[in-house]
Amino acid sequence: MRDSKISTKFNAKVVQFAILLTVFFALYFFVEPSENNLLWRLPPLIAGLPFLINDFVSYLMYDFMPVEIYDADIDDYEKSPLIKEITRSISSAVLFCIQFVREILVGGVKTIVSFTSWDFVSENKWAYWPGLPWTFVCSATMLLGYSLQGVRLACLSGLATLYIAIFGQWEPAMQTVSLVLIAAPVSFLIGLSFGVLAYKSSTAEGVLAPLLNVAQTMPQFSYLVPAMVFFGVGDHAGAIATIIFATPPMIRLTLLGLKKVPPEVIESGLMSGCSDLQLMFRVLIPTARRDILIGVNQVIMQCLAMAVIASFIGAKGLGFNLLLALNSLKVGKALELGICIVLIAVVLDKLSLAWANKQVDYFSKMDFVSRHSYKLILIGLLLIWSIIAYLGSFFAQDGFNYLYMIPHNKGITTEHFWQAGVDWILDTFFFGLKAFSDFLIINVLVPMKTAYLGMPVVATFVLVMGVGYLIGGFKSAIIVGGFLAFIALTEWWDRALITAYMTTFGVMISAIIGITVGSLCAQSQFASKSILLVCDTFQTFPSFIYLIPVIMLFGVTDTSVLTAVIVYATIPATRYTVEGLRSVPESLHDAASMSGVTKLQRWMKIELPLAFPHIMLGVNQTIVFALFMVIIGALIGTDDLGQYILKALSDKNGIGNGLSLGLCVAFIGLAADHLIRTWAEKKKRELRL
Amino acid sequence: MVSVTQMESKTSPVIKCESVYKIFGLNAKKMLQTANGKVDAEVFQKAGCVVGVNNASFELFEGEMLVIMGLSGSGKSTLLRCISRLTNATSGKISINGNDLLSMGNKELIELRRNKMGMVFQSFALLPHKTVLENIAFPLQIKGSSTKESVARAMEMVSLVGLSGRENYFPRELSGGQQQRVGIARSLAVKPDIWFLDEPFSALDPLIRKEMQDEFLRLQGVLNKTILFVTHDFDEALRLADRIAIMKDGIIEQLDTPANIVLKPATEYVRKFTQDVPREKVLKIESIMDPIKDNQKLGDLRVSKESLIEEVAESVLSQAATIGVVDASGKIVGCLDHLKVIKVLFGDKNLKI
Repeated sequence: MRDSKISTKFNAKVVQFAILLTVFFALYFFVEPSENNLLWRLPPLIAGLPFLINDFVSYLMYDFMPVEIYDADIDDYEKSPLIKEITRSISSAVLFCIQFVREILVGGVKTIVSFTSWDFVSENKWAYWPGLPWTFVCSATMLLGYSLQGVRLACLSGLATLYIAIFGQWEPAMQTVSLVLIAAPVSFLIGLSFGVLAYKSSTAEGVLAPLLNVAQTMPQFSYLVPAMVFFGVGDHAGAIATIIFATPPMIRLTLLGLKKVPPEVIESGLMSGCSDLQLMFRVLIPTARRDILIGVNQVIMQCLAMAVIASFIGAKGLGFNLLLALNSLKVGKALELGICIVLIAVVLDKLSLAWANKQVDYFSKMDFVSRHSYKLILIGLLLIWSIIAYLGSFFAQDGFNYLYMIPHNKGITTEHFWQAGVDWILDTFFFGLKAFSDFLIINVLVPMKTAYLGMPVVATFVLVMGVGYLIGGFKSAIIVGGFLAFIALTEWWDRALITAYMTTFGVMISAIIGITVGSLCAQSQFASKSILLVCDTFQTFPSFIYLIPVIMLFGVTDTSVLTAVIVYATIPATRYTVEGLRSVPESLHDAASMSGVTKLQRWMKIELPLAFPHIMLGVNQTIVFALFMVIIGALIGTDDLGQYILKALSDKNGIGNGLSLGLCVAFIGLAADHLIRTWAEKKKRELRL
Repeated sequence: MVSVTQMESKTSPVIKCESVYKIFGLNAKKMLQTANGKVDAEVFQKAGCVVGVNNASFELFEGEMLVIMGLSGSGKSTLLRCISRLTNATSGKISINGNDLLSMGNKELIELRRNKMGMVFQSFALLPHKTVLENIAFPLQIKGSSTKESVARAMEMVSLVGLSGRENYFPRELSGGQQQRVGIARSLAVKPDIWFLDEPFSALDPLIRKEMQDEFLRLQGVLNKTILFVTHDFDEALRLADRIAIMKDGIIEQLDTPANIVLKPATEYVRKFTQDVPREKVLKIESIMDPIKDNQKLGDLRVSKESLIEEVAESVLSQAATIGVVDASGKIVGCLDHLKVIKVLFGDKNLKI
């Protein structure tokens, strides 16, 4: 009887969905496409929103609360708006920090200038910090790796720095590193503080939750315009955009980790006589360390992912060069730069992880030399390499002292090799690739795009809100309807449809590949571990890195963007599938085997239904990943929302457009996120997971 | 362990609870005021409140071990947490060494916990990122002891609980029993006067549990702390306790020595626990001895009035003559009739002796 109840319930859902689809298609075919038909397209009622934002921001920046500020140049007080002064001081503080780190690494005078003056520097030739020789930085990272973990980390960090140096990317790499070394710790601290705040106060959590949702689904580009408007153009603006972008996952993971601390551990801390601060810093945060460290890893990844994108608003470094290389289609060069960024990401990640896991030895001999051995070696290395670099300057021909720094066009380069490879691939497979790409575009992509653009707005609403109602009831329908309404009322509905079409295509293929590969790999322990490692590795690559090889293969087309989307978005689908399937309890496997099922039956009847909610969360991630990649795809030319955000960057009044477009993208992501999450949570409750 | 008579001579209790209530829920305080001390769990439940502890009063003296026994949901852990002030009691009075616990400020409370209290948890509650040594030294470092001092003290504790050689292990590398040894060592590191143990052995396998109980008795023999021990295991309570408090639905059903609980269960609920307990394992000779009659002849064997019947039954029964019972100083205080021992061993469980 229970069975029949469940099956009627199931059938009822199927019937409901069938009715929904029928209504959708009826509307699709019978609503007349005309500009004046409200069922076809809604009027852009909130097209004025960007202007409002622009006006508000310019009011903030130029008119709001003028305060008296002393100006040293004219030796007098003048009126200046408060916000402008605040952002200005933040800018100069951030810029000073970046320059300070940067000049330690590659030399310069700006730090000295900020303590004295340009006149002082030009009068005194000695007032110049020469920067550390690359040989020293290389051996110092090695030493750091060794002292934190051991030989393996030493080799990894040593080889990575060596690669960067001898491939002639030293200066841009150190520029990027200096930006990351400022942005990452700041992000970490802000994220940690807000995470702690949200843990302590449920009001703060309630306020932060929706902000985090939006922030984590806003595409990276959208952060650039506000950063530019408030902080100007340059490294500091890049760093600030990076910090804002990298902080939300840190907040979320800190909160998650803190909430998972078992109550008895907290009680044990209290019974040890911890004060509030001691409890937070010596019990809660260390116990939540696993999640917080994932947060740190995320911060570093996001910082490096942002490093390229921040070059749009004047951040120097590898990202800028990579952008130039991509724009001029120098794939070989882009590849080399991409490897440098990945290496920096990996080394920073591993070093921070090792640092957090470092153990203290309480029983070693504590005499001066052994306690400070690493510091002493470091000083020794500095002396030796400086002397060698100095001596090298006598032998340096053409003014290039390779023992001090390898200039960017004098290093080894494999550019020609890669370029030749690309040429070869293009020569050999040109027709094959071209034919594939053309076929895809003509027979799949263009029809799909037309189909999406031919969708009346009312049909879209019925479909999305209907699905929302069937999954989560009236409340869900209203929530997703609200997200959709915002987009429909802007003037970018058609652009949003194009973004949606590309994302849908990417997500479908990614999910199919990811779930298949994941299911196959989950059958054996070894394969599971291997594929998770592969996922980890691929996730370390900043997103735009994926654009390099696809341009190589398909040139500047939609196929390229979609290929990148698929590769990038397959990672979470695969990972969640493997994790979901592997977490099906062993006892159920045994029970199934004893009922005499085949492997395929077991997968179909036992594993998949139980793991499906988790897999759907993976699909959810896939959607966010795909959406981000589609937007970044604007770099190689698309005509969706991303392209308009990119345009907003070069617009004087771009902030309104940039933010509104960013919200459109975020709302697409959030609508999908809401539907899937609601469904998965409901399903998990039903399965008692 | 200190006997009951000795404790009675001490006047001021270490822990004193007077009608302690703990009620969870939004309007708990108001409801309690209107109820005027007569708390009916069902009435409260309807109003959305859960009664944790219902009118608990008792005194605990220095060196005494009180075991709070109850099934899950009986409020035993809640009572313990009220006394350690991990939760605030809704009403009532708790004093520690004569000081009012509930009116203490945060600073005083921290000071009290740093110096006077130690607690062991059911799930061990070790800090996962710290080694055995660091975990044990943790309360000392929180107090502000120097690294050297706290490491030295922690090493002492490591060897006290028999974990020497494992001080650099992480909790995840230890078995459950070993982890709880670390928990015990940590709770004792600051030399507390009062020792709270919240189901410390419940998460362990039966054999390990027995071993840890022995270890615990050995430690208590050396340290002689004032102990509040929570368990759901009646046998464990009988084995360890000076006195047992049996709780049900937040109410202390009976609070007495193990022997009295077995012999004179106060309520039907308590009887359910005691009916299957072999009495020879709980009863002391004292409780079945007769006063000495004039010119009574005694055999050569002397047994202490403190020993359990189980321990001496065999030698008593193998003697023909009446046996003399002596106190700690060796003075004869009574005599033991064979028949009584046989009655305890084989007679009707519910028969009054």
